[in-house]
Amino acid sequence: MAAFLEVQNLVKSFGTNTVVKGVNFAFDKGEFISLLGPSGCGKTTILRMIAGFERPTSGAIRVDGDDITTLKPNERKLGMVFQAYALFPNMTVGDNIGFGLKIAGMGPEERRARVEEMLKLIGLPGFEKRYPYEMSGGQQQRVALARAIAPKPRLLLLDEPLSALDAKIRVSLREEIRAIQRDLGITTVFVTHDQEEAMSISDRIVVMNAGNIDQIGAPRDIYNRPATRFVASFVGHLNTLPETAFGPNRAIRPELFSLTPRPDTDTTLSGTVSDVGFLGSVVRLRIDVNGTPISIDTFNGNATAPPQRGDTVTLHLASKDVLTLGA
Amino acid sequence: MKSQKFWAWLVFGLGAAYFIVPLLATFEFSLRMRRGEYSFDAYASVFADPKFAASFSYSVIVGLFTIVVGMFVVVPAVYFVRLRMPWLRPFMEFVTLLPLVIPALVLVYGYIRLYGSSSLIPFTGSILGTDILLTCAYVTLAMPYMYRAVDNGMRTIDIGTLTEAAQIMGASQMRIITSIILPNILVAILSGAFLTFAIVIGEFTIASLLNRPAFGPYLVGIGTNRAYEPAALAIISFIITWGAMGMINVLGRFAPRTYARTD
Repeated sequence: MAAFLEVQNLVKSFGTNTVVKGVNFAFDKGEFISLLGPSGCGKTTILRMIAGFERPTSGAIRVDGDDITTLKPNERKLGMVFQAYALFPNMTVGDNIGFGLKIAGMGPEERRARVEEMLKLIGLPGFEKRYPYEMSGGQQQRVALARAIAPKPRLLLLDEPLSALDAKIRVSLREEIRAIQRDLGITTVFVTHDQEEAMSISDRIVVMNAGNIDQIGAPRDIYNRPATRFVASFVGHLNTLPETAFGPNRAIRPELFSLTPRPDTDTTLSGTVSDVGFLGSVVRLRIDVNGTPISIDTFNGNATAPPQRGDTVTLHLASKDVLTLGA
Repeated sequence: MKSQKFWAWLVFGLGAAYFIVPLLATFEFSLRMRRGEYSFDAYASVFADPKFAASFSYSVIVGLFTIVVGMFVVVPAVYFVRLRMPWLRPFMEFVTLLPLVIPALVLVYGYIRLYGSSSLIPFTGSILGTDILLTCAYVTLAMPYMYRAVDNGMRTIDIGTLTEAAQIMGASQMRIITSIILPNILVAILSGAFLTFAIVIGEFTIASLLNRPAFGPYLVGIGTNRAYEPAALAIISFIITWGAMGMINVLGRFAPRTYARTD
């Protein structure tokens, strides 16, 4: 099967500053793709080039075989959700969702039915007559999602849609977005700087660093087999192991240590607990191993109390879990 | 606390008196046309003058055209400068202030030289042409107010993101301006419109030098020939101007709200 969304040698420069440095990727229909990276890595610029708001300096973008590189945004048949909701304040929720349908020339009856169907899909039935300012941020963003998918776009673009919301709504809305996306089978590109968000929602993640792609892969691959030092440190926590015992550039995830031996562990380290952070389900210990700070995550348990500051502990790890970091 | 309030009220009272006393005196004087008693005779006399109605309605019509033409010039200009050429904004601020700095007299002499009946573009050669020229002059005069009103209106909404949101759904540039931008800055536009209206109604220099029968020249004519009517007219034009200002306030309450509830 040919790729549905294809980006080839995409470059974008603003003056002498090149923010996207020759990026390639290809994804299948129905995939949920995240562009993940710190701010300024070029992920938003790529999304804006796919949307047509920025013209690439060179390279090509193809959707379903059509070259859309030079099309205007209003000719691309895409849907987009913005960080700032961007609902039209002068229109009701119904008119907002129906806006794209109206432009596409859909009749009023059909439009009303589609708007109703969309409102049911996002869990806000009966909200047609409300105005955006009468709704909470989470509700507004759900309406923005409905507005984006109502005209059945070829591609759904999400530009940090959860960043303006508070933590609880952020989690519930991302699950909702994923469920709707799966139901409709709509190919989606999601831009975020939040690695947890990207891992929880995506089929595949594109990790970006300073205008280049460092790694493309499923969340599990990115986390367990990071291709570069940048990916390893940006996605999840990482402990650099002492060079004397393990050699240079060796690291391990905090949850792969345990305080008691497991069948697969073959190596031990000992150190003193310097800090205990209780995060609820997880207890994060900071341990000083001969001057090397190591943090380890253990699950909270009712039966056993976590070690105290100053305790000496033995850490068990499996050498197969140790990552070798490249450049 | 109490003495603070006292001083505040005193300053307020003095300031208010500075504006209100002359107005009250004018009003009182306008009532004294009939000897020995107060009456509204001066007002009756003003309203009975056919030239009052004629010049007033002339100015209203010119005012309406000024507003429409001004909007067609200012709204797209502000929109595109804000969206695509933000580096042009200081220049725009400067240009739109010029009409406040250049006296209307200079402006109208320039117009007469450029568009006089012996020039290449003889606007003043016909009555309609002169009316068009007058309207254009008023658009220029109202520019500082119109530009700022519209610019403020666009500042309150995120025109960049709203434009992109509409574009990605297939909307054309024209459609974005008419169905997204305009409705959202309508209140700002209306306040600019009322300011423009207030300026046009009282303008004297340009209308007089272009020899058009506007309300401003009529006011001045009455002022030089009559005793009580000018005071009555002054009160009437105050009421009209204040009405226009009051409308701005009333309409401000209908401004679109763009923020989310915080619950």
